[in-house]
Amino acid sequence: MVSDAQAVQWLLYGGAFGLVVIGVFGLLALNNAFRLLLALIILESGANLLLVLSGFREQGMAPIILSTQAQAGIMNDPVPQALVLTAIVIGVGVQALALTLILRVKQRYQTLDMRQIKALMEKDISEQHQVAHLSSYESPAQISAGRESDKA
Amino acid sequence: MVLWLAITIAIMLLAALSVLFLPNMIAAVMASSVVSLCLTLIFVFLKAPDVAMTEAAIGAGLGSLILAIGLKKLGYLSLDKQGDQDE
Amino acid sequence: MNRWSLANFSALIFALGLAVLLFAVSVQLPLANAPMLVGNSIIAQGVADTGAANLVTAVVLAYRGLDTLGELSILFAAAGVVGLLLTGAKAAQSPLPAGGFVVSSAVHLLTPLLFVVGFYIIFHGHLTPGGGFQGGVILAMAFFLPYLVDYKPLQQEHQRLTLIESVAGGSFIVIGLFSLFSGQAFLQPFLGHGAFGNLWSAGTLPLLYIAVGLKVGSELSSLLINLLHAEDE
Repeated sequence: MVSDAQAVQWLLYGGAFGLVVIGVFGLLALNNAFRLLLALIILESGANLLLVLSGFREQGMAPIILSTQAQAGIMNDPVPQALVLTAIVIGVGVQALALTLILRVKQRYQTLDMRQIKALMEKDISEQHQVAHLSSYESPAQISAGRESDKA
Repeated sequence: MVLWLAITIAIMLLAALSVLFLPNMIAAVMASSVVSLCLTLIFVFLKAPDVAMTEAAIGAGLGSLILAIGLKKLGYLSLDKQGDQDE
Repeated sequence: MNRWSLANFSALIFALGLAVLLFAVSVQLPLANAPMLVGNSIIAQGVADTGAANLVTAVVLAYRGLDTLGELSILFAAAGVVGLLLTGAKAAQSPLPAGGFVVSSAVHLLTPLLFVVGFYIIFHGHLTPGGGFQGGVILAMAFFLPYLVDYKPLQQEHQRLTLIESVAGGSFIVIGLFSLFSGQAFLQPFLGHGAFGNLWSAGTLPLLYIAVGLKVGSELSSLLINLLHAEDE
């Protein structure tokens, strides 16, 4: 059987990489915009766990000094913990901003399906720049003839 | 200790999978709260108390509050509507 | 995900391939053997340099103070964009019904406790685990919970929160500039170290954390209020 330390190593790495892979798969395969936000949250949690894992030492203690006289022994690395502290708070700010953008998209397009939003946005952009829409069935000559008759 | 860690990581990965696959939106937000809770326990195991306190305050507190407000504004806050029709 | 299309299958294969690659990387990285090239010297000299007992506080404020300033600006940008994009907070109406008996009594009991716990965590950030960010998040909850219960006039509260946020953010930079004018680097702790383990020790670190905590708390609560009172009910 594997030793204790090796089992702990496999479990922790498996958990962190599992979260990252689930987050990436969710970002690629989901259609609802709100679920994309949830997958992004999972991906951020996996990345933060990986950062803290990089400063972990076997039998290490928390990086807090209890008294000046006694030297504590092995301590974990305080630098990745400070970075993850900042990263978690930034993550929640980014989540609030993403939620605001989802709210505005819902107000504008009345749907949260990413495929429909993509199609509607393409139509809006081509109408705004007066070019032929990508999936329209008219030839360019018909479109310019239609535009001439509209202007006249 | 190793058994406790294995159970926590198993629950965390199951909850992360169910965030993607549960049809009801409220359940998905709850599952992401469970992921944050298990992550806090793992940070305590890794002897990082500052990070565990931050993850508990933000993941389980403020993050879930932001997602709940988002659920209400988007109209997903109903238990009987089976998921999102525009999936 | 009811219908599995070709895009979903290729996303699954990509995710599995990523998992295999990450596993191959993790085999070569033993877990509990961090080299800690910088961490060792921080652990050895942290107390002598700053006087703080919590080494993560020393790293966040003294050794990597500019990163904290960058993080405060990121939070400020996010809260500012949320306030810019969401309309409806300026309308002086109450879009939500008032909370019932259970919610209002729980909020009336919890709000003073949240203030006490938040300020305790902020003040003792250099001695025990905690600090400005954790306490600031708890303070944001304390500022925000009364909005779930009953309607308050929005304009004065928003102006007060914005005033607290700008004063706290400005004082962070002003404290850093003081140490610059006294001949040291920007944001270097410059007051005396004090006795180890006392509340008033570690120089300017508690003052910096108080500024960070107040800024984060008022910023996140005004962000939540903007989200709560947005349109599209």
